[in-house]
Amino acid sequence: MFLKRQKSATLIILLLGFLSYSFFLYMSLPVKSKPLKKEVDAGKMVWQQYNCNACHQVYGLGGYLGPDLTNVYSKRGPAYIGSFLKAGVGAMPLFNLTEAETKSLLTYLKDIDASGTSDPKTFTINYDGTIEQK
Amino acid sequence: MEPSNKNNLSTSKLFILAGLLLLAIGMLFGLTGALQYLAPQFLKQYLSFEKIRPLHVSSVVFWIIFAAMGSVLTYLQQYNGKKIFSPWLLKIQFGIFSITVVAILITYVFGVFGGREYWEFHPLLAMPLITGWILFIINFMASLVSFKNLPVYVWMWLTGLFFFLFTFIESYLWLIPYFRSNVVNDMTVQWKSYGSMVGSWNMLIYGSSIFLMEKISGSKKYSHTPIAFVLYFTGLFNLMFNWGHHIYTLPTYPFVKHISYTVSMTELLILGRIIWLWKSSVDTARRHYHQAAYRFLLAADVWIFLTLLLAIAMSIPAINVYTHGTHITVAHTMGATIGINSFILLAIAFDILKDSCMPFEKSIKWINRGYYTANISLLFFWLSLVMAGILKAKWQMNDASIPFSSMMLQLRPYFIIFFVSGVGLITGFYLVLFPLIKNQFICQYKKLFIKREKNETVFIIDQFQSV
Ligand code: HEC
Repeated sequence: MFLKRQKSATLIILLLGFLSYSFFLYMSLPVKSKPLKKEVDAGKMVWQQYNCNACHQVYGLGGYLGPDLTNVYSKRGPAYIGSFLKAGVGAMPLFNLTEAETKSLLTYLKDIDASGTSDPKTFTINYDGTIEQK
Repeated sequence: MEPSNKNNLSTSKLFILAGLLLLAIGMLFGLTGALQYLAPQFLKQYLSFEKIRPLHVSSVVFWIIFAAMGSVLTYLQQYNGKKIFSPWLLKIQFGIFSITVVAILITYVFGVFGGREYWEFHPLLAMPLITGWILFIINFMASLVSFKNLPVYVWMWLTGLFFFLFTFIESYLWLIPYFRSNVVNDMTVQWKSYGSMVGSWNMLIYGSSIFLMEKISGSKKYSHTPIAFVLYFTGLFNLMFNWGHHIYTLPTYPFVKHISYTVSMTELLILGRIIWLWKSSVDTARRHYHQAAYRFLLAADVWIFLTLLLAIAMSIPAINVYTHGTHITVAHTMGATIGINSFILLAIAFDILKDSCMPFEKSIKWINRGYYTANISLLFFWLSLVMAGILKAKWQMNDASIPFSSMMLQLRPYFIIFFVSGVGLITGFYLVLFPLIKNQFICQYKKLFIKREKNETVFIIDQFQSV
């Protein structure tokens, strides 16, 4: 039988585990010594302000109406992206971004691109069901 | 023991009613979004997809949250056998939530967004929600008669209450530059919070569904059994540690992924139990099938099975690497939020709102039709997403040379099925929602304008009238 004391003990152990896990992650985030770059941060705010995420993904997370943009910077280059933003193709609205907004956005996309590769083809699958990226 | 006042629309019922209205509106936004997949120019000028999507997501997430709050508030009072600690606090909580939701929906129309994936609005609007939630916690804690020998559903409610607050605040850590300066760091914390937040509202809903099951079956045994607690702790363990499956392809700590993978596999225990109990649940189902509330619980059972199967598969990184970033993720979410959450909450809505001046029996034929239409449509809806997801996964893995727009054209037949079954889904739901909502409005109208007739029969439905 599950006694009252066992229930409390289980709860306390789980809670302690959860809190230590949380605070460990907060205190030592996976990517170290990254001071906030003003231009990147401004780009992130533009990204959020226009809700690009509603149609685009970063690392596969986001809406599915448009393509994943994690590595669009190295794949297409800033000139292509800049002109794409001015065109409003298909379902993508014309945002009429200012020059400064476009510039920050490009810096942000460059920063995301430098952080890794989201393409699932770059992963190898292990027998235990885990995956690895070279 | 006071007899029920059949015309009374209590504040806790108002939460459910407001939730139902949000569901009705939210599905319309969803349908508009699905149409924009087929006709990109549709409403592009005024309500383009980046507005429609959050309008849809927030309306339906608030349906779940409002109905979950309403269910916990009502059942807490029934469990305690006494009224809530402070009806005033409850009214303030309702006011705060309602005004904030309306404000959130309006800001989207004007192009004001939170811009984060996926449940997002301007961060300022999170403040009143946090305040309202704290009032909820205070009222709940002050109402609990005793902390001794609590049934499992009260444990679940308490868990949901505190974890929602924690994870909701956690999802705003990005406001501090330290957390958002790098995209990998930001996304790690973001999906940690979102992963557990869904687990939190599930705790509220599953807790209420256990309460309802016991109410229907007339036996209060289950909620004190060891198995109930084993399952609860398995759920809690997953809520706390399995969020990493959202970010298997993100270059974050590998241990985050290993922990998530391992922890997720404990869900097999829950799956095993469902299969184990299959026959006895079918037998019970036959006995209670005539009750609308029970029937929705039964549908949820089937969807729990399908969704859990998909969830466990997607928690395996080797499978996730294919499904991630495709519509299979959406299929999973729709199975969980419509098939499980919404069906359970509708069951609860029938149970709580039946206590009105008009019985549902008159509309039972249409409710039945709606029930079947919704379930069959949901199956096609779900399958169309799975199929679209499989095709997109194939494209992601192989055909780098085919442009994105051509791939989307290949998925078009499935988007058409998605839209058509979406129309079916909304029709089915409306047939069910209409009597639920209409009865409350008519009874309210009668109460306001027609003097109570003298010799009307008064049913004692619940032991007392909840606030
Ligand atoms: C309403 C949906 C929507 C929104 C919002 C949206 N996009 Fe797009 N975007 C699309 C679609 C759809 C495409 C693909 C068009 C095509 O290839 O036919 C696209 C393509 C792109 C591309 C080209 C990708 C490539 O590989 O060719 C870039 C870059 C882009 N979007 C950036 C952005 C940015 C930045 C924002 C936010 C300011 C944004 N988008 C907002 C729908 C959207």
